[in-house]
Amino acid sequence: MSSRSHSRALWFALVAIPALFIAIGFLQIRIEAETRTVGQQKEELLLRSGLLLKRWSLGYDSLLGDIYWTRAVQYYGARVGHPGEKFVLLSPLLDITTTLDPNLIVAYRFGAIFLSEPMPTGADRSDLAVELVKKGVAANPNSWELSSDLGFLYYWHLKDYEKAAAAYLQGSKIPNAPSWMKMMAAQVSEKGNAFSNSLAIWSELYETTQNEKVKKNAFQHLQSLRALQDTVELNKLAEQYRKQHGGYPSSVKELYDRGLLQGVPLDPAGFPYGFGADGKAQLDPNSPITLPKISESPTE
Amino acid sequence: MSTPAIEIEGLTKDYPVGFWRQRMHRSLDHLTLQVQDGEVFGFLGPNGAGKTTTLKVLMSIIFPTSGSARVRGKSIDDVSMHREIGYLPEQPYFYDYLTARELLDYYARLFGFAASERRERIIRFLERVGLGGAADVQLRKFSKGMLQRVGIAQAILHDPQVIFLDEPMSGLDPVGRREVRDIIHDLKREGRTIFFSTHILSDAEMLCDRVGVLVGGKLQGVGAPREIVSMEVYAMEILFETPEGHPLPNSLAKSATQVGGRYRAEVPEDQLYPVLDELRRCEARILSVTPLRPTLEDYFFKLVARDKSAPPQLVEVGAR
Amino acid sequence: MSAVPGIVAVNTFREAVRDRVLYNLIVFALMMIGASVLVGEISIGISRLVIINLGLSAISIFGLVMAVFIGVGLVYKEMEKRTLYCLLAKPVRRWEFLIGKFGGLVLTLTVNTFFMALGLGAALYYVSREFLRSDAMIVIAIYFIVLELALVTALALFFSCFSSPMLSTLYTLGIYVAGFFSGDIREIGMVTHSPAMQTAARAISYLLPNFRNFNVIAAASHGDAIPFSLIWQNTAYAALYVALALIGASAIFSGRNLK
Repeated sequence: MSSRSHSRALWFALVAIPALFIAIGFLQIRIEAETRTVGQQKEELLLRSGLLLKRWSLGYDSLLGDIYWTRAVQYYGARVGHPGEKFVLLSPLLDITTTLDPNLIVAYRFGAIFLSEPMPTGADRSDLAVELVKKGVAANPNSWELSSDLGFLYYWHLKDYEKAAAAYLQGSKIPNAPSWMKMMAAQVSEKGNAFSNSLAIWSELYETTQNEKVKKNAFQHLQSLRALQDTVELNKLAEQYRKQHGGYPSSVKELYDRGLLQGVPLDPAGFPYGFGADGKAQLDPNSPITLPKISESPTE
Repeated sequence: MSTPAIEIEGLTKDYPVGFWRQRMHRSLDHLTLQVQDGEVFGFLGPNGAGKTTTLKVLMSIIFPTSGSARVRGKSIDDVSMHREIGYLPEQPYFYDYLTARELLDYYARLFGFAASERRERIIRFLERVGLGGAADVQLRKFSKGMLQRVGIAQAILHDPQVIFLDEPMSGLDPVGRREVRDIIHDLKREGRTIFFSTHILSDAEMLCDRVGVLVGGKLQGVGAPREIVSMEVYAMEILFETPEGHPLPNSLAKSATQVGGRYRAEVPEDQLYPVLDELRRCEARILSVTPLRPTLEDYFFKLVARDKSAPPQLVEVGAR
Repeated sequence: MSAVPGIVAVNTFREAVRDRVLYNLIVFALMMIGASVLVGEISIGISRLVIINLGLSAISIFGLVMAVFIGVGLVYKEMEKRTLYCLLAKPVRRWEFLIGKFGGLVLTLTVNTFFMALGLGAALYYVSREFLRSDAMIVIAIYFIVLELALVTALALFFSCFSSPMLSTLYTLGIYVAGFFSGDIREIGMVTHSPAMQTAARAISYLLPNFRNFNVIAAASHGDAIPFSLIWQNTAYAALYVALALIGASAIFSGRNLK
């Protein structure tokens, strides 16, 4: 069916096309290396108005919302762990996402955690997280999860126990809300209960979440809270020891030897506790666990 | 002996037909043909016989299923073959945003003529096809006949040795046909080979050294028009008038037909003189006596009729 | 190299120039650039930015529309109207015809882009009464738009060698959109954690023409320097991809039985 000149053309194409594709691939890698250095200097989001995008999306706003959600996750994923990273675009990206698709609960919850977390895991902007979650609560009155997140933000990051309790209480009224929401509301309203509550909340989060990142984060918090709890207990015992023996213990073993402890406790990572010169319990220098920084030390 | 101008060997073209294209229609069936240098060859056949298909294969517009062809010794695959040929497609259509001059200039450039030569040639050839006055008119304003003339001009613009014309006379008025015939005669006098297809036989009879008759994709016969058509006279035609009120002679009463006050009658050759005697007796005025020979047309109709009785040329080919 | 593609290109250019639709598009694009002056006046302090952004976007969009809609008809129209019959009977190879058609449209698009760029320059000068050194980046951005249009034309021509104008338009626009997201395709592949999916996503993202390479509108509007190496890299990228599309088109078209 084909002429001789056509079969020549076919052979030429068969050789040339793969060669060209390979050359194009290599060139693309070079171009991307070039544009990445350019791109990192200026990271920007051209359109910051989600409403404008929604109007321009020709009815495909929820699809566009999904695209922005993917962008937000990728934006976070590409930068997490970099020292000094401020995640400046995370908030606008999530804001656009949730404007395009106000019912995308996962986006609010993602923002609740990673906008409020300290650097380098989060943006350390609890105020923006609160704003985002409030928007979510308003748009999704049937989601108790968002109320719980809001309560947690007030409670843990902003230490505003009154607003935290209000958020928990509002959430507890939603049908299907778990019973502990009400408990949280009640307990948080007693200002001093912060410490055990946080344990309870992190446990809940750890048990219920499907998100790997959230789960890991909750686990780290639980470990450090348990360590904190241990050091508080050890400090009490050390005080008792001082009353009996007129000086602080130099090691946990001394407490055990004097019968104040039934065994030698280890931190959640398996390292023994020690005592500083001021008689306060401390973590082993090799332990990966860090104690949470809490402005007011918990009393219980 | 020199190589023939056109050699076609076993040229076959199958077209897939039907929605799923699983069947093939053979529109050209092992066509083998030679046209000598300087010949005017008429390619005859009814519409759909495969004449245009043959020309399209020769121009590499479509590719043959099998077979080969050479023009002036060069294979039709060879693009340099196109320097030596001219081609007028059936019902040609050109870029209608161009003027006739611009169109011919475009084509002349493809042959590499210098600017001054292009100018000269374009004027010369436009005048030759009778379009000297319409050189700067956009082709969208051209009539069908004018387009046909532009088509002929572009086919001969570069003085090709072999010229292929697909239905060159179609769409032309009687004057136009006459002019195209004259152009073909001139080209023949210049020693060029002309291969033209037509379904109008009188044109072929008047112009061709040889004709080939294609029916249903198959070549049915090749030869000089005189070879194909027997020269034997089969009847004599008499045209005559009779004086007012005079009855027709008995022998013609049945066969004569009246045409505008005159009578026309066909009589066998051996009956001519007895009939003329009778006419003289009744004082008829003889206008003409013409011998009748079978025409290509008759031959043609016989072939087509024979083909119609055969089943259509559908070759079953397995799903591809 | 034969002179045939050049001759065909000039004729293609002439056809486009004599088409009224083209002028309507250019006038419309210039009107958009003119309108950007108004928008610029509303948004205080960033009028230059808005004019450059809107102007370059208009040039790119209208160029794209022309490239696709004229591109898919380049070969099809000559087949449909049988003007190809006379042309192919001349000493013209089919690939020479394709390259000529491609060249003619790229020439047309380049000239159009030039006029629209003049409009943009005028609008910019009207607003700020001066040209800045950094405005050279606008010229580079426009050059990249021309490269992009050449690539789109080659793709449109490729598709039109084996499908109808309607389908070719869909294919070309589809590749254009996919080409814009080719970077995301790779990143989505990374998210899947399946090595096979990752490899497939990588392969696809490198095979698709990456149109994001050519988009420096944001940088140009801020007057950011575009590295010189990007100019030759983008030029080479466009040239290679155009060659790829045209070789593919020639391979298909050379064997095609015309209607």
